[in-house]
Amino acid sequence: MQTIAVVDYGMGNLRSVVNALEVVTQDRDRVVLTADPQQVLGADRVVFPGQGAAGDCMRAIDEYALREAIIAAAGQRPFLGICMGMQVLIEHSEENQGTACLGILEGQVKYFGDDHRDQGGAKLKVPHMGWNRVAQARSHPLWQSIEDGSRFYFVHSYYLEVTDPDLVAGVTDYGFAFSSVIARDNLFALQCHPEKSADAGLQLLRNFVNWDGQL
Amino acid sequence: MSLAKRIIPCLDVDNGRVVKGVKFVEIRDAGDPVENARRYNQEGADELTFLDITASSDDRDTMVHVVEDVAREVFIPLTVGGGIRELADIRRMLNAGADKISINTAAVFKPEFVAEAADKFGSQCIVVAVDAKRVSTEGEPGRWEIFTHGGRKPTGIDTLEWVRKMDAYGAGEILLTSMDRDGTKIGFDNELTRAVSEAVRVPVIASGGVGNLQHLADGILRGKADAVLAASIFHFGEYRISEAKAFMRTQGIEVRDD
Repeated sequence: MQTIAVVDYGMGNLRSVVNALEVVTQDRDRVVLTADPQQVLGADRVVFPGQGAAGDCMRAIDEYALREAIIAAAGQRPFLGICMGMQVLIEHSEENQGTACLGILEGQVKYFGDDHRDQGGAKLKVPHMGWNRVAQARSHPLWQSIEDGSRFYFVHSYYLEVTDPDLVAGVTDYGFAFSSVIARDNLFALQCHPEKSADAGLQLLRNFVNWDGQL
Repeated sequence: MSLAKRIIPCLDVDNGRVVKGVKFVEIRDAGDPVENARRYNQEGADELTFLDITASSDDRDTMVHVVEDVAREVFIPLTVGGGIRELADIRRMLNAGADKISINTAAVFKPEFVAEAADKFGSQCIVVAVDAKRVSTEGEPGRWEIFTHGGRKPTGIDTLEWVRKMDAYGAGEILLTSMDRDGTKIGFDNELTRAVSEAVRVPVIASGGVGNLQHLADGILRGKADAVLAASIFHFGEYRISEAKAFMRTQGIEVRDD
């Protein structure tokens, strides 16, 4: 029996993440909701979710003294960042008049803008909310049995821009193509919510709980 | 453009049972919430909205259990509304497994509540439900007023001013119900929907009046809504969600396929 730590630092509703992991592991594994850095470091794999604003997230990470544990886990074992748990892996976010983030990945988090438009000039709503396609930019064990271009559920107003294009594992179009999925070694991170993305999302979580962290 | 327009079945829940009334009377029992949720999920619903219409606040715990049960097996976004007045109510529903919380009357009486809620839990989970009624006469430019108490009490607040304010206060989405159309099955008030959709940055869900699939499509095409919500046409088996999506696709609307 392996242990899957879901990092709980007070940022958003993690019940769904735990529910979804319990369904895909069929209760074979231990899913622990935890804010304890030792438990995060001791787990076999780590899910790092998050909702809300970048500034609040970074403050909460430090209040719970989770920074070192998250950085360590992201460099060692199967690690899944979701939504804000993806964005704060980067160096810097535009949100909250600029927020320094964890710096695990090189790049920026940017705002879609108050006047976001599609290529035809039509107004696009912000937040980007709903089911959008994820084009698989390269092969990855976590894409197994998921059709290229499957729809996932998104809700966000900021998007990621990584410096190294080789890290992009998935691309989504909203006015322009942005990196919706990032992968590097044992780390995989998505802007969308697999725990809210019906069958495709559950398949991704199933792939994650069975992944050895290798490419 | 590849963001799909959403179809959201709405379940009114009274004491743990799904019910459907027409203009807030003639309540008919439409079954168990978990069974309904499961079925809609299988048919391809993009989200589910639960409105707690239980009169007594003593029975609110029932709703918490409903949300817990649904969230354990249905993995699409869940919105919960009805009787949300305090931050503690929001916290309780989010902990039960809700993804978004819809605030209606409490926002009208205390707009700052929306700002506090968005600040505390994030805009992504705060939906402001707006009940609007047309007050302009025919031939005049459209004007709509906010009503509370199921469309009975006028507030004197102009709908377009109100939704702009709620957007600025941090609402992540607007759930817009035409009180003139609710329960009538003659279609959305698309002029209202379009005016609201163009007034705000955030997505707008059109609600109130759906009687057939063309009405759903019109909410998107003419109302410029980002999502459409309906209750009775789905509850009583008149249409399946999958049929609604197939129809919308024929109208050139992008929808989620499965």
